Amino acid sequence: MSRIVVQNRTFGVLRWVVIVILLIATVFPFYYMIELSFVPIEELLLHPDRLWIPIQDFTLDTYANVLKSVDDGGQGFGHFMLNSAIVAVATAAITLLVAIPGSYAVARLKFFGQRQVSTLFLAVYLFPVIIIAIPLFVGFSAIGIRESLVGLVIVYIAQTIPVSVHMLRGYLKSIPVSVEEAAMMDGASRFRILTRITIPLAMPSIMSTALYVFMIAWNEFLFALLFLTANRDLWTVSLGLSQLSNGIEVSKTVLMAGSVLLTIPIIVLYGLAERTLTEGLTSGADKG
Amino acid sequence: MTQLANRATAAPSGGRRRRSISNRRDNRAGLTMVLPTTIIIFAIIIVPVIWNLILAFQDTSFTSIAENGLANPFTLQNFADVLTDPGFWQSLGTTVVYSVFSTAGSIAVGLIAALAFRKPFRGRGVARSLMLLPYVAPVVAVTFVWQIMLNPQFGIINSLGTQFLGWEHGIDFLGKAPFALMTVIGFEIWRYFPFAFLFLTARLVSLPGDVEEAALVDGVTPWQNFRHVVFPQLLPVISLLSVLRLIMTFNKFDDVFLLTGGGAGTEVSAVRVYDQLVGSFDIGGAAANAFVLSAILAVSLFIYVKFFARRGEED
Repeated sequence: MSRIVVQNRTFGVLRWVVIVILLIATVFPFYYMIELSFVPIEELLLHPDRLWIPIQDFTLDTYANVLKSVDDGGQGFGHFMLNSAIVAVATAAITLLVAIPGSYAVARLKFFGQRQVSTLFLAVYLFPVIIIAIPLFVGFSAIGIRESLVGLVIVYIAQTIPVSVHMLRGYLKSIPVSVEEAAMMDGASRFRILTRITIPLAMPSIMSTALYVFMIAWNEFLFALLFLTANRDLWTVSLGLSQLSNGIEVSKTVLMAGSVLLTIPIIVLYGLAERTLTEGLTSGADKG
Repeated sequence: MTQLANRATAAPSGGRRRRSISNRRDNRAGLTMVLPTTIIIFAIIIVPVIWNLILAFQDTSFTSIAENGLANPFTLQNFADVLTDPGFWQSLGTTVVYSVFSTAGSIAVGLIAALAFRKPFRGRGVARSLMLLPYVAPVVAVTFVWQIMLNPQFGIINSLGTQFLGWEHGIDFLGKAPFALMTVIGFEIWRYFPFAFLFLTARLVSLPGDVEEAALVDGVTPWQNFRHVVFPQLLPVISLLSVLRLIMTFNKFDDVFLLTGGGAGTEVSAVRVYDQLVGSFDIGGAAANAFVLSAILAVSLFIYVKFFARRGEED
C-alpha cells in the first residue's frame, strides 16, 4: 500500500522533471541559434553565456549580410535557398508522380512479381547510401550531370521513393475496396479510379508524404557535397552553410543567421502538417 | 444427363473466365503502375550497387575509368588492402560503438519521454511537437549550433562549466579523443530520440487498457505495472526500432562528418569511405570498403531475421 503511494509520488515528480529537462534539451539549441543570429560577433565573444540580447546589441546586419549576393559583398544565401527550393520541390513532385501509382499497385492489385517488388522496395530502403555514392559519382561525371541540380534531384527521387511507397501503401490499404468497386461496376478503368477516387481520398497521406520528401531533399547533405562542392552557383543552403563555416572569413553569427534561414522553411512546413506527418510516418513504418 | 453436367461445369468456368479477364487486366495495370518506380530504383540504386561491386574488384582511379570504363583488369588487391589496414578495423570498431550506444541511448530516452508524456497535461500537444524538432531540423544547421555551443573559447557550455561547475579549462568536446566520440553519440541520441518517442507513443496509445486496469485494481505498483504489463507489450516496437536505428546509424555519414570531420577518434566507416574517395581518389579501395560494410550489415540482418524476427512474431 505505502509502496504504491511512494512510487506514485516519486514517478509523479520525476515525470515533470523529465518533461522539463527534455524540453530544454530539445528547444534550447534552436533558441540559442536564433539569439546568436541577431548579435554582432564581438558580442558573442564578449558574453558567451548570455541568454538574452539587450536591445542596443540587437542587429539585423547578419541577415542582410548572409542573404546578399556575393557581388554585393554578402554570402549569397538567397541564391542557395532558391537552389534548395528548386531541388526540394522538383523531388517531391516527381517522387509523388511515380510513387502514387506504384504504391497503389502494391496495395491493391494482384500482379506478377508483386511480392518481389514489395520486398525490393523495402530492401532498398536499408541500403547504405555511401555504397551507391561511389558509382553515382563516377557515372554522373561520365554523362556530365554530376555538377547539376538535375543529378541531385535524380538521386533524391531514388532515395525517397521507397519511403514514399511505404507511407502511401499503408494509407491506401485502409481505404475500403468497396468504394472503388462501385466505380468499377460503372466500367471505370483502374487509372480513372486512381485519379478520380483514390487520390482525392488519400490526400492527407499524400500531403504528408510530399512534406516528408521535401524535408529530406531540403536537408540532404552528402550528395550535395559530393556533386556540387566545386560550383558555388549550384550550392544548396546546407552545402553553402557547411562550406562557409569551415573557413574563418565569415563570422559565426552571420552563419547563425544562415542556419536560421535553413531551418525556418522546415519548421514552418512541419508546423503546418505535423499531425498528418507523424501519423504517416508511424503508420508507414509500423506495417513494414 | 451429359447436357446437365456440361451446363453444371460451364457456369463456373464462364465465371472463372470473367474473373481471369479482370485478373489479367489487374496484372497489366499493376505492372504498368509499378514500372516507373522499379526502373528508377534499378537505375539509381541496384545498378550502382552492382557497379560498386565491380569497382571493388578493380584497381581503379578516375583516369583509368575514363579510359577503360568497366574493362579494367580484375583483382583482389582492394579487399586485401582493406582487410589488412589497421585503420579499417579501427573505424569498424568506432562504428560499432557509435551505432550501438546511439541506438540504445536514443531508444531509452525515447521510451522515458513516451512514458512521461503518456498522461495528458495542459500543453502536451505543443510540447510533443517541440520535442520532434531535432529530428526534422536540417542536420547542417543543428550540427553547426552544437559546434558553437561546445566551442572551447566562446561556447556557452564551456563558459557555464568554468563558471559554475568548477572546470579548470574549457573542454574541447569535439576535438579531443575520449570526448569527441561521446559527444557525437550524445548528439545522435539527441537527434533521434524523438523518432523512438514517436513510435513508442503511437504504440502506447493503441495498447488495450483492460489488462493495465486489472493490474492496477489488483494493487500493482506503477513500476511493476511498467515492468510486467506495459514494457512487454512495447517489446516488438522496441526491437523493430533497434534494427532500423542500428542500420541507419551504422551507415551514418553527415552527423559525424559535420561535427568532427572524423577527427579525434570519431572516424566512423562512412566517413572513412568518403575520405578514401574524395581525399585520396582511391575509388577501388573506397568501393571495397563500402562493400565490406554492406556485407557485414547484410549478414547481421540475415542472422536477425533468421533467428530473432520469427520469435518476436510469436510473442
